[in-house]
Amino acid sequence: MVTAPRVFNEVLLEVRRISLSFGGVKALTDISFDIRKGEIRAIIGPNGAGKTSMLNVINGFYHPQEGEVIFKGETRRAMRPHKAAKQGIARTFQNVALFKGMSTLDNIMTGRLLKMRSNVLLQALYWGPNEREEIEHRAFCEEIIDFLEIQAIRKTPVGKLPYGLQKRVELARALAMEPELLLLDEPMAGMNVEEKEDMSRFILDVNDHFGTTIALIEHDMGVVMDLSDRVVVLDYGRKLADGTPDEVRSNQEVVDAYLGVAH
Amino acid sequence: MLYRETGQFKTTYRADQAIFPILQDKIGVLAILAFAVFVVPFAADNYLLETILVPVLVFSLAAIGLNILTGYCGQLSLGTGGFMACGAFFSYKLATAFPDLNLILVFLLAGLGTSVVGVLFGLPSLRIKGFYLAVATLAAQFFLIWVFNKFGWWTNDSPSGVISAPPREVLGFVVTSSEAHPISKYLFLVVLVAVLALVAKNLVRSRIGRSWMAIRDMDIAAEIIGIRPLVAKLSAFAVSSFYIGIAGGLWAFIYTGSVEALAFQIDRSFQVLFMVILGGLGSILGSFLGAIFIVLLPIALNVTMLAIDPTFSVALVSDMEFMLFGALIIFFLIVEPHGLARLWQIGKEKLRLWPFPY
Ligand SMILES: Nc1ncnc2c1ncn2[C@@H]1O[C@H](COP(=O)(O)OP(=O)(O)O)[C@@H](O)[C@H]1O
Ligand SMILES: [Mg+2]
Repeated sequence: MVTAPRVFNEVLLEVRRISLSFGGVKALTDISFDIRKGEIRAIIGPNGAGKTSMLNVINGFYHPQEGEVIFKGETRRAMRPHKAAKQGIARTFQNVALFKGMSTLDNIMTGRLLKMRSNVLLQALYWGPNEREEIEHRAFCEEIIDFLEIQAIRKTPVGKLPYGLQKRVELARALAMEPELLLLDEPMAGMNVEEKEDMSRFILDVNDHFGTTIALIEHDMGVVMDLSDRVVVLDYGRKLADGTPDEVRSNQEVVDAYLGVAH
Repeated sequence: MLYRETGQFKTTYRADQAIFPILQDKIGVLAILAFAVFVVPFAADNYLLETILVPVLVFSLAAIGLNILTGYCGQLSLGTGGFMACGAFFSYKLATAFPDLNLILVFLLAGLGTSVVGVLFGLPSLRIKGFYLAVATLAAQFFLIWVFNKFGWWTNDSPSGVISAPPREVLGFVVTSSEAHPISKYLFLVVLVAVLALVAKNLVRSRIGRSWMAIRDMDIAAEIIGIRPLVAKLSAFAVSSFYIGIAGGLWAFIYTGSVEALAFQIDRSFQVLFMVILGGLGSILGSFLGAIFIVLLPIALNVTMLAIDPTFSVALVSDMEFMLFGALIIFFLIVEPHGLARLWQIGKEKLRLWPFPY
């Protein structure tokens, strides 16, 4: 199926001349690109290319030695992840990072934390405004639960869930934050074909339904070509190419560095 | 039709989020409370009240406190004894300096004071974790006991270093010191501990509780959803120390009536830690179960061993106690880290299905 490429103009996030190194290891060298409001932006590249490091820079885990991140017009180099969360950046991890001792529902409820207002005294009493708030946010989380079709596991401790479902719960927790920018680090890694299809559908639905801008790291080129509006290619910490899936696919350097070799 | 949720469909989120969503649990807790308030005081003798029930209640509160910090927020602390000492000496100073101050207010203020101390000693938790944090809290433990021993001001210059609780009334009944009737002591504790346990339960099922558990389970992920580790950890230290401080005040004023700093040495920290581990990390109910278990075990052991052979020496009985504790701790840490509370839950789940195995 060939559809006309979607066009996005408003820049939501821009990374400018980012360089990051760990001791002697240069993880990122002079990387610049932007993510536009409403698009699905893929970041691809071989293992160790610096993709995860890039997301870590965007949401404040890593502080680059050089360069800056501009989100919604605000420039910064170093910020704590909880600040990024407050500004509207959510993410999932390459290796699931859920709260293992808590149920699916509680994990998703933690995503609402920044939206909740009751003070500690109200929480201690529970009854009244705090209860109303809990119910209101519970209702919101239930919508996400329905959306991602995980009703049956809402009370299950997430540590007991199979890997594929854990990834889905992690996505649900990120969505509960109602982020403007959602960073997904290999959301389909370790999944079978069916699970990958489900996850792809969810990603498209999220983008479509909530209008969430998504930056996605993915290895499966088929998935990348299907899902993304634009692709940035990293290799050994450098930017190799940047453009629509078709442009990237026909770029000889990319073919040599990445597509040509099996991963 | 013993323990079933069949037919109890929850049609609102409110019902599903109730503190005890299953009807039988709700009835059970209310029945236990009613029994504790209306039956126990008149059925129990003074020995049962003073040697078993009063310490169980005081320890339960301390265990809830430590459970909030260690079980819910994942910050290991060996400073419980030191924080209990804070509560005891703060209560003493407040009660003697302001004789007209309402006793409940004395305990609450002492709890708040302990919170402040707890937060100060919790600061290292922002940098260090696990074993190293435990060592830092151990330092707090020794430092606090040293302070209360060293400066006569804390005991109003009592030459023996012992503080004796002044008699104070609540609703016209003396509840502190040796003047208090065991029934008054017990009833006051039941009500206070029930209210504070309810508050703890509310906190752990609200936003703040979820932020503690998030920090416990995965602090990096907690930060990316917007939890500030500083706020979450220090609030856990504050609330935890508040409970432990009040427990210390109750220990000095109601359980023993008079006490010295040495009563709150490191053994006390371990004792409460064992309650939390045996009862169940991350469970308010478990805090009670652990306290009951650890108060009762030595008594039960003593009675059974002497029943087997009245010539057993006291030393042998206490050695046995240590060995049994050690074995139980190892058992629970390896086999069931969620403790007695988890065993209770498994029992309930079995009962839910009984008599049909599937
Ligand atoms: N915290 C870290 N400490 C040291 N080296 C790191 C760290 N994070 C990433 N790196 C290094 O940076 C490079 C890029 O890693 P990463 O961003 O994880 O790649 P990718 O996600 O593309 O597979 C690798 O060489 C990796 O070893
Ligand atoms: Mg990676």
